[in-house]
Amino acid sequence: MSDSIAVRVSDLRHRYGDREALRGIGFTVAAGEIFGLLGPNGGGKTTLFRLLATLLPVQSGTATLLGKNVATESRSVRQLIGVTFQSPSLDGKLTVTENLKHQSHLYGLSGQTAKSRISELLDRLGLKDRAQDLVDSLSGGLKRRVEVAKSLLHRPRILLLDEPSTGLDPGARHDLWEYLSRLRRDEGTTILVTTHLMEEADRCDRLGILHKGELVAIGMPDELRLSVGGDCLTIQSSDPKSLAEKLTDRFQLTPRQIGESIRIEGNAGHELLRDIVTAFPSEITAISLAKPTLEDVFISRTGHRFWENEPV
Amino acid sequence: MSKAIAISESINDSNGDVAHAQPSIGLAVYTLALRELVRFFRQRTRIIGALGQPFIFWILFGAGLQGSFRGPAGISYQEYFFPGVAVMIVMFTAIFSTISIIEDRREGFLQGVLVAPVSRLAIVLGKVFGGTILAVMQAVLFLAIGPLLAVVGLSPPISTGLTWFNFPIVLAYLALVAFALTSLGYLIAWPMDSTHGFHAIMSVFLMPMWLLSGSFFPAPESGWLSWVIRLNPLTYGTAGLRRLVTPNIDAVAGLPTFPVCLAVTVASAVIYISIAIWLTGRQTAHNAR
Repeated sequence: MSDSIAVRVSDLRHRYGDREALRGIGFTVAAGEIFGLLGPNGGGKTTLFRLLATLLPVQSGTATLLGKNVATESRSVRQLIGVTFQSPSLDGKLTVTENLKHQSHLYGLSGQTAKSRISELLDRLGLKDRAQDLVDSLSGGLKRRVEVAKSLLHRPRILLLDEPSTGLDPGARHDLWEYLSRLRRDEGTTILVTTHLMEEADRCDRLGILHKGELVAIGMPDELRLSVGGDCLTIQSSDPKSLAEKLTDRFQLTPRQIGESIRIEGNAGHELLRDIVTAFPSEITAISLAKPTLEDVFISRTGHRFWENEPV
Repeated sequence: MSKAIAISESINDSNGDVAHAQPSIGLAVYTLALRELVRFFRQRTRIIGALGQPFIFWILFGAGLQGSFRGPAGISYQEYFFPGVAVMIVMFTAIFSTISIIEDRREGFLQGVLVAPVSRLAIVLGKVFGGTILAVMQAVLFLAIGPLLAVVGLSPPISTGLTWFNFPIVLAYLALVAFALTSLGYLIAWPMDSTHGFHAIMSVFLMPMWLLSGSFFPAPESGWLSWVIRLNPLTYGTAGLRRLVTPNIDAVAGLPTFPVCLAVTVASAVIYISIAIWLTGRQTAHNAR
């Protein structure tokens, strides 16, 4: 049923001059799903976000939101989506309420309808006592909440959020995600969020991992972690290079050296941990055993660390 | 307004029809223009600057140049400069209200407007109407208060042609000039990334445009300067206003006729606003910022 597909992207490409930002991306997002686009900065997330938000012209490929083509029906798409920008799109010289009022007018809401909708959102996002304050006087976390309220005024069917946790402390981040899952539950809003934070990605139903303009992995967070398999041992050492060589000789392992640490993936990690610590007690400063993280998924799919572009 | 409410109710009903609801252009233009006014009145320094500067210019230039000035039909410099200052007010207000496009873009407000389902025309008109209203308010205030300065001795008495009778016409004409200049400011500001660039354009293009419009000094009979002034579209804006507020008919005898002034000003306004609308409608990487 095409109705249950909220976002359909196929073979989307985009270039800025010589630089290819997106190299043929394709995925679908089901209605009512929270879908995350995870990737380091420069991976193409923001380009994809801006294409879906109708801010950039589609150069090649197609993107449809609830069946409306982003390139040819941008006006209809704009009515369907709510957009939360990374740098809040608020007027700091106006009060919270004034900002929301102008936004309502831009979406065709006015009079009593706008008023009740604004007070409803102020209430739900805990902004009631700051309603008459100038936006410039608010903290980053509060501004983000106003931005979210602003993007929800017209009850969008799809909410696009660009790095919503940027500049938020852990408490505020938690509140925001609580609110997003409630929104999805109560109103069935489809939520598409870009992020470079693993813990944020973990809260999504499904994830697409973007690297250098390509979708290198897609699936549920648990599914992706399982694909890496087994356990993950991370060893800190003062001389990781020689330790890695010794590990290879002694245990026939294929350790990967990442900066100051060594990473080993495999099964029966607890036994391996015991053996390694017994064998090289003086060369290890710290050792940890964990199930694979989304970062491990990224590393195994791209051969790159998440934060740097150096090969592992 | 009732149309807008009907649309909003269909949004609340939610299912399916949402995509076909079209917010009204009028409501969007109104709200964007209103925002310009609220922002202006909230910044006290901007009000003081906007009202203080023209009076200071008029009094000081008037005092300094009145001895050497030989105006048409022997009018004083203060009287000659009077409509010129009104045009200056309009020019500066147009500049300051459109420079905010660059700030809106940098601060992120603009991208929020660009993803809203409003026609791009509404975005342009909201900004331009906002600037126009501010400009006309200030210019009218100056035209009304200026002559009173003679009472406190800051200028010689000047005879003003502004009466209750022609007030609506003067108002409409000022609005036309302000609309043209704000549209011009808009199309200059839209492609820019920093206010520095705008300031540069202001000094080498907009200020000379005003200086060479017959606002500051009359056009000479011949020579290159007379041609520059004749080719400057703003010359016709100033001349039209001069004809409306100068009671001494001999003093405006050398100027283009009022229909010519009106035609040139309307034509320039149409050209500027069309370019502004075209620029805003383009989907480019710059517009997405």
